[in-house]
Amino acid sequence: MLKALSIVPDKCTGCMQCELACSYEHEGVFNPARSRIRVFHFHDEARYVPYTCTQCAEAWCQLACPVEAIQINPHTGAKEVIENLCVGCKVCTIACPFGTVNYNQATGKVIKCDLCGGDPACARYCPTGAITYVDADLTAYERMRMWAARTDTQAQASA
Amino acid sequence: MRYLIAGAGPAGVVAAETLRRADPQATVRLFCGEQEPVYSRMAIPYLLAHKIDERGTWLREPGHFEALGIELVHQRIESVEWDTHTVRRADGQREHYDRLLIATGARPATPPVPGMDLPGVRHCWTLGDARAIAARARPGSRVVLMGAGFIGCIILEALVLRGVRLTVIEAEDRMVPRMMDATGGAMLQAWCERKGVRVHTATQVLGVERAGSDTLAVHCEHGAVHPAELLVVATGVLPNLDLVADGTRLSLETGRGIRVDPWQRSSDPDVFAAGDVCESVDWYSGERAVYAIQPAAVEQGRIAALNMCGRPVRYAGALPMNILDTLGLVTVSFGHWAGVPGGESVRRAEPGRSRYLRLEFDERDRLVGAIVVGLPEHVGVLRGLLQRRAPLGAWKARLARSPTRIAEAFVACTATTGLGDAASP
Repeated sequence: MLKALSIVPDKCTGCMQCELACSYEHEGVFNPARSRIRVFHFHDEARYVPYTCTQCAEAWCQLACPVEAIQINPHTGAKEVIENLCVGCKVCTIACPFGTVNYNQATGKVIKCDLCGGDPACARYCPTGAITYVDADLTAYERMRMWAARTDTQAQASA
Repeated sequence: MRYLIAGAGPAGVVAAETLRRADPQATVRLFCGEQEPVYSRMAIPYLLAHKIDERGTWLREPGHFEALGIELVHQRIESVEWDTHTVRRADGQREHYDRLLIATGARPATPPVPGMDLPGVRHCWTLGDARAIAARARPGSRVVLMGAGFIGCIILEALVLRGVRLTVIEAEDRMVPRMMDATGGAMLQAWCERKGVRVHTATQVLGVERAGSDTLAVHCEHGAVHPAELLVVATGVLPNLDLVADGTRLSLETGRGIRVDPWQRSSDPDVFAAGDVCESVDWYSGERAVYAIQPAAVEQGRIAALNMCGRPVRYAGALPMNILDTLGLVTVSFGHWAGVPGGESVRRAEPGRSRYLRLEFDERDRLVGAIVVGLPEHVGVLRGLLQRRAPLGAWKARLARSPTRIAEAFVACTATTGLGDAASP
């Protein structure tokens, strides 16, 4: 069965280990600005919300890519950027309504969560269990997918 | 069932793949009018900039269509007999269809000025154009770019990266006038000028003439004459309506493009249209609109295909969106960035840092449009907020104070967080 990231904001303490782990895993540096996961701080409510790609079924990024540079990894189900095909046009960064595909000026390519090939560093290093890697059916991210279906400009089943 | 698809751009290709998955028994024939592998026009500037080779422009890997059982046919469809459900190909053969998708895209507009047929005057639209431009746009060549719209600006970067001496002529009062307001357009122009590009806005090209064996003279308003080895024309695109224009008689209902209903169906129930050739509706106003953009083309291709094989899926309308990287400055626009009647505008500009954010809300506190300059992080959430079409509640006031908090607003307004529900204080 495919697995997915499960994110429970209630358990997040804002320690930012996930951002550092992601950045180190992908870029070899501890730099939150290079992370594919981002923790949003809501100071007014004293809450933290880790946020990254849900590998959504709609895959707006993949559909919008003009050169087939976003492909599904058959082992993990992740939508991955194929670096040597990406031309850096950034259409995926505006097509993704979750804002989870970003442009990396240093490489001229886009970056997004690739589930680290099946062992996501953010989940491995999360000390509180706010981020876990679990069977896809169980994830709280289903709610985000439902959200996606509701606001989808593409597909609204007609009566 | 026998499906024919006229046009192998992004809309046609996505439609063919969707039809194949949705109707495994059917015949799916994809007609490509150019004698080239199926390629992406959007990738051409990156080819010119030496970032990729021609293979990098291909929309799909070799063998992809054969492997899926999609019949790729390199024949232009010349005409359609609607009554008999028959198309005529360029080689004269006729083919029957049960359902036809017209995805013939757009073609570049040719401005009505003298000299547009001279050697050295090129559109930048096809791989053939790209090869011709590459031959003339050499380091040190003098090049004039006519038109600083979205396509013009992508080509602008490619030409600069090729090392040419570039002059840009734009008829309107600013660069990318369909994508940026005066503030954003001025930032982009200042940025380009700092990079050594000469930009003349509010200037018409009056005509072009030969000024030597390999040199052109580009005559502009106010008496300026620009000598050039190459003139690249990027003055907009027009839907390819050849198939529906039979002399003076139009066979399908058309406006600026082929009119389609929310199921991408034309006025002929067995004919659908998708992509740059079709006139859909605006996602917000419901008014008829042709937005010739990649994301809309692929969405329409997918929806047309599902409806063609009897799976009713309604399109909620096209959302304009563009992103441009001009020599390192990223500019983005979404939706009704010029605002809507009764709405409210929030703007933060830092010209010295080439940063700008403009958000437009309607009278119900819904986000309806945005302009972003120099702040590309998480910019996709603007699409999410626009599509959500829900009042922003407390986040409206927060965004009015701090418009850069768009990603937080999106995360807070989505159900996963249990936070900042639109109605909460």
